[in-house]
Amino acid sequence: MADQSIPIAGSLDVTPPRREERTRLLEWLHGWVVTVDHKRLGILYVVYAIVFLLIAGAEALAIRLQLAWPNSHFLSPEIYNEMFTMHGTTMVFLVGMMIIFGFANYLVPLMIGARDMAFPRLNAFSFWMSAFGGLLLYYSFIGGFGLYGMGAAPDVGWWAYAPLTAKAFSPGHATDYWALALIVMGFGTLGTAINVIATTLSMRCRGMTLMRMPLFVWLMLVVSGLTLVTITPLTAAQIMLVIDRYLGGHFFDTQAGGSAVIWMHFFWIFGHPEVYVLVLPAFGIASEIIPVFSRKAIFGYPAMVAASVGIAFVSLGVWAHHMFTVGMTSVGNTFFVLSTMLVGIPTGIKIFNWVATVWGGKIRFKVPMLFCLAFLFQFLIAGLTGIMLSVAPWDWQLHNSYFVIAHFHYVLVGAIVFNIFAAIYYWYPKVTGRMLSETLGKWHFWLFFIGFHVTFDTMHWVGFMGMPRSIYTYEADRGWGHLNLIISIGGLIQGIAVLVFAWNMVHSYLRGREAGSDPWDAWTLEWTTPSPPPVYNFAADPVVHSRRPLWDLKHPEDPDWKYEQ
Amino acid sequence: MSAIPVTPGQAAAFTEPWTLPSKGRVGMLSLIIGESAIFTIFVVAYVYYIGKTLYGPTPAILEVPWFNSIALLSSSVTIWLAEREIERGRMRSFAALWGLTVLLGVIFLAGTGVEWHKLIYLDGLTIHTNLFGTTFYSLVGLHATHVVVGLLMLGLVLVFTLTGRIREEHSERVQVLALYWHFVDAVWVVVFTVVYIVGR
Amino acid sequence: MKSMIRERFAPAIRVSLWLGVCVASTPAARADGPQRIPSIFAPASTPAHSIFGLSMFVLTITGGIFLVVGGLLAFALVRFRARDDDDTSEPPQIYGSTQVELAWTVIPILIVVVLFLTTARIIFAIQDAPKPKDALDVTVVGHQFWWEFRYPKLGIVTANELHVPVGSATYLHLLSADVDHSFWVPQLAGKTDLIPNHPNETWMDPQQTGLYVGQCAQFCGVEHAKMLLRVYVETPEQFAAWVKEQQEPGAQEEQAAAGRHIFETEACTNCHRIAGTAANGTFGPDLTHLMSRATIASGAAMNTPQDLHDWIQNPDHVKPGALMPAMQLGDQQIDELVAYLTTLH
Ligand code: HEA
Ligand code: HEA
Ligand code: HEC
Ligand code: CUA
Ligand SMILES: [Cu+2]
Repeated sequence: MADQSIPIAGSLDVTPPRREERTRLLEWLHGWVVTVDHKRLGILYVVYAIVFLLIAGAEALAIRLQLAWPNSHFLSPEIYNEMFTMHGTTMVFLVGMMIIFGFANYLVPLMIGARDMAFPRLNAFSFWMSAFGGLLLYYSFIGGFGLYGMGAAPDVGWWAYAPLTAKAFSPGHATDYWALALIVMGFGTLGTAINVIATTLSMRCRGMTLMRMPLFVWLMLVVSGLTLVTITPLTAAQIMLVIDRYLGGHFFDTQAGGSAVIWMHFFWIFGHPEVYVLVLPAFGIASEIIPVFSRKAIFGYPAMVAASVGIAFVSLGVWAHHMFTVGMTSVGNTFFVLSTMLVGIPTGIKIFNWVATVWGGKIRFKVPMLFCLAFLFQFLIAGLTGIMLSVAPWDWQLHNSYFVIAHFHYVLVGAIVFNIFAAIYYWYPKVTGRMLSETLGKWHFWLFFIGFHVTFDTMHWVGFMGMPRSIYTYEADRGWGHLNLIISIGGLIQGIAVLVFAWNMVHSYLRGREAGSDPWDAWTLEWTTPSPPPVYNFAADPVVHSRRPLWDLKHPEDPDWKYEQ
Repeated sequence: MSAIPVTPGQAAAFTEPWTLPSKGRVGMLSLIIGESAIFTIFVVAYVYYIGKTLYGPTPAILEVPWFNSIALLSSSVTIWLAEREIERGRMRSFAALWGLTVLLGVIFLAGTGVEWHKLIYLDGLTIHTNLFGTTFYSLVGLHATHVVVGLLMLGLVLVFTLTGRIREEHSERVQVLALYWHFVDAVWVVVFTVVYIVGR
Repeated sequence: MKSMIRERFAPAIRVSLWLGVCVASTPAARADGPQRIPSIFAPASTPAHSIFGLSMFVLTITGGIFLVVGGLLAFALVRFRARDDDDTSEPPQIYGSTQVELAWTVIPILIVVVLFLTTARIIFAIQDAPKPKDALDVTVVGHQFWWEFRYPKLGIVTANELHVPVGSATYLHLLSADVDHSFWVPQLAGKTDLIPNHPNETWMDPQQTGLYVGQCAQFCGVEHAKMLLRVYVETPEQFAAWVKEQQEPGAQEEQAAAGRHIFETEACTNCHRIAGTAANGTFGPDLTHLMSRATIASGAAMNTPQDLHDWIQNPDHVKPGALMPAMQLGDQQIDELVAYLTTLH
């Protein structure tokens, strides 16, 4: 990468850098700020997201320390509520969304043989919007009560149910920062989604028909389409909230006849599809990595595409499964039970196809594959707990209990974060030109895997035992103490794992083995370019004849295009 | 670190023609889809709250803005004619029709201004008066905002046309922009029906 | 290699966890009656019972799915791992198979149908159950951060500790005075939210006397965690006695006159009601029969003179963020107040 010439030594040594060095450093920084190159923007997204993963993870550790013992006073109630609100908001919007759009930025053009995104400037704009939104959110720590005095972060939960968000119940500016930050990020996300759609539809290289696109690209296309109709309702709802808080509107003002329930509907109309926006790219990652390390073509490609589109569509009609306890009619409940369970069918198809891909292959247990396999097991369980939650009467018991927390961490961590790690280990060589250390990687995997299960398997249990979420402490006689201690220990193990990972990233960047253009013996276009790819990606515009162009090259005797219809 | 060239060769050389949709159109259509979702939420909120206002003025005080609406909708026609002109390269009549479109848009805004002035000062209805005020001003206001944005962009194009910077080859982009304007008009049809026909 | 072996154990670990949950819960389920741990697997009332049955059914089916799919995957990982003695040749490439894919689309559909129908049955059974004529009506009002219980037909108002008769149905009408709350006593019924401007209803018919605990299950602000619930299920006789006691006006004993004077001259009366006195505030809990409750501040403290003293001195100390202000009273006055409050049987 051009910036491998960062004068790290220079910036480390104490003597003030000589003029030209300083200017070189400035030029380098300036280069990153003004860049419109999809690869650099992709890197910016991912790095930004990883930083926030550390921060939000640290917040999670604070949560866990507070809950490790009954009636503990480590955090005040106010701080605790800020911690879980910020943890959730950050993880979803600043870690999840940022990192998937980071990968989309970096990989989509490379995978479809394009030289850049459709709208490079819009691309840069979107990133800086989202980045600014993140800063706005965290600025609330200082500016929450207005600049004088100490600040306060938002403390209304990431779903921010009305009327708790009304000025009457949440004075100060914390909630405003929350709403504004999400509006700003919303526009950023919208921009990126538009960009991805335009790129995949209008920038494909010769021969890259839709049904030849790598599944990752397909899923990013679906996700972006879903984002268009998912993020925008949130933006609308936030605008209403801001109108209520600033202009004295009454959208969610129950005193003036406003409805608290309509906010729930608006939020979950966004909130549920949002979780698929997060998980579908993870599916895409798995669909790229699992075949390569099983040495087999993905099983049932058309079915995989159909299932992804199906999931996206169904997911638009299930939101009220988050609202089984708000007193809907029995008919309403029944409808959302059905629509929710239906999602299980296309998702099942995906799981089975992955298993069938592994089946009959020659599996190489490299770190990326390890993460993907753990994902398969964990997503299977997470999905099944989801089905349990979709059983409305059972949900009347489980709703807002730690079982829900366990369910969605099983997906958000066990599926998404695991696949994000897999993706980083898989594409890091392409991005930096160096391999990540396999040994550190194995340490990272096993620590994270164990920590994950110690934490989140146990959470299901305290959920069954009646422990509600969002509580800053609990009574000793409830008998949740020991389990919570175990959960917290698991969190710490995950923390250590993440630190190993961070160290691996840095260490391998400086000392890692040279990667070469195609370290994994893979099949998609990005591996034809040198690592890191040059600014314009491809010397000559590639032409493809099948879903696995490199397979065709490496096996002229039986190329894919003979079998694909 | 040598890159593997991916070229035709082993497979029967690439024959079928390779055409892809215009990225401008795709992008604009995506934006329109997203915007529609925003409007949907506001419309739903408006419809849901019809008749739920506990006190203060009700939709009965509204008068149907036929004149504005006709002005705005006809601007869709003029802009469509303008698109055809620029395709054929008749820049003068394009400028004329384009200008007319902008004018009609301005008329619509002015009309809304007058309506709001009456509502605020005669009927004492503001955004914080009651539920009706809140939902009405935010829905109609959201649309008006879009008209303003549209007008700014149309205005730019007009300026560039008059200074001769826009020529036939830009017709593609001009049409993409026109798409947005058509969308703004279409949304008005919905808002109009919901607020002034159904809601009253 | 080694990693692969451990991968194989991963599912086994999780299976045992599931079994663990079932086993751990079933004995509780048999031993009816109130538990120290408010487990959803120890139902003691019809709604909770039918949910428990349903949950076991679903757990079995999903458990089965996990065993099959997880088993297949684990087997594949062991069977198809790359051996050290492998040549570099690629395995046969298979692109798909219509029959197989059809099979694993249809079977899940059937499973979903079964799950859906059973679920629907229970939904209607619980939500649309006909209300018996003799059912007891209680209006529950959620406040930040305490519970108000009104028995309209019996003219009783109390707080935080609900008393219901055993064996017969009680219908709760759920309202909220400020933000969203949720009424959850796991052993008696699933939770239902209390939402301002959106009345809800739920019911229960406990079959065993005793004290059932639960707590607010919808985040409602600073002290959401200390919005605890206590439900006393009593024999009809005990319940009747309790009702009779609650219907009395507040006690007016001479030796507590001083404390009572303070109570009525300080702002207490703005927020608290004591039947038969000038105090008729509604912002805080009704104190008419404070002494009939075991806890104060919805479970944040015990109802002992000492705790009462601390509470009145500085509620924030006992329950940070509670909406009762510290009244800046001297120990002397507070003692007299407590002396008065302790007469309110
Ligand atoms: C990426 C994130 C993600 C994903 C993918 C999912 C997937 C699913 N989720 Fe989850 N969910 C969340 C994130 C996610 N969820 C979050 C964040 C919350 C909480 C929000 C909050 O309150 O803060 C939540 C909450 C939540 C609730 C509300 C709980 C409550 O608050 O009361 C429900 C209820 O129905 C639910 C259900 C489901 C279902 C049915 C799926 C399905 O998609 C799962 C489908 C997968 C399978 C079923 C397994 C594979 C299928 C087979 C092996 C085929 C055979 C199986 C059958 C035929 C059943 N989820
Ligand atoms: C992608 C999403 C995501 C991820 C990855 C996580 C990761 C984790 N989450 Fe969380 N979580 C949510 C999304 C996520 N979470 C959401 C949406 C909510 C709901 C919020 C709400 O209710 O409003 C939630 C809520 C939530 C709760 C419930 C709080 C409550 O209801 O009271 C808990 C409790 O244990 C928890 C724990 C954890 C833990 C232990 C991890 C661990 O996996 C974390 C592992 C990572 C680390 C431990 C990082 C380690 C880093 C360091 C140690 C370095 C620190 C140094 C510096 C900062 C320089 N999360
Ligand atoms: C501003 C209103 C307000 C005033 C004034 C007030 N209280 Fe309270 N009081 C409350 C609220 C609200 C609660 C419930 C707090 C909670 O549980 O979160 C409460 C709870 C209590 C309780 C516990 C009741 C129970 O069953 O949980 C007692 C006892 C009490 N107050 C006594 C007093 C006395 C004595 C005074 C006067 C010195 C007083 N209060 C003044 C609002 C007030
Ligand atoms: Cu009341 Cu939480
Ligand atoms: Cu959901």
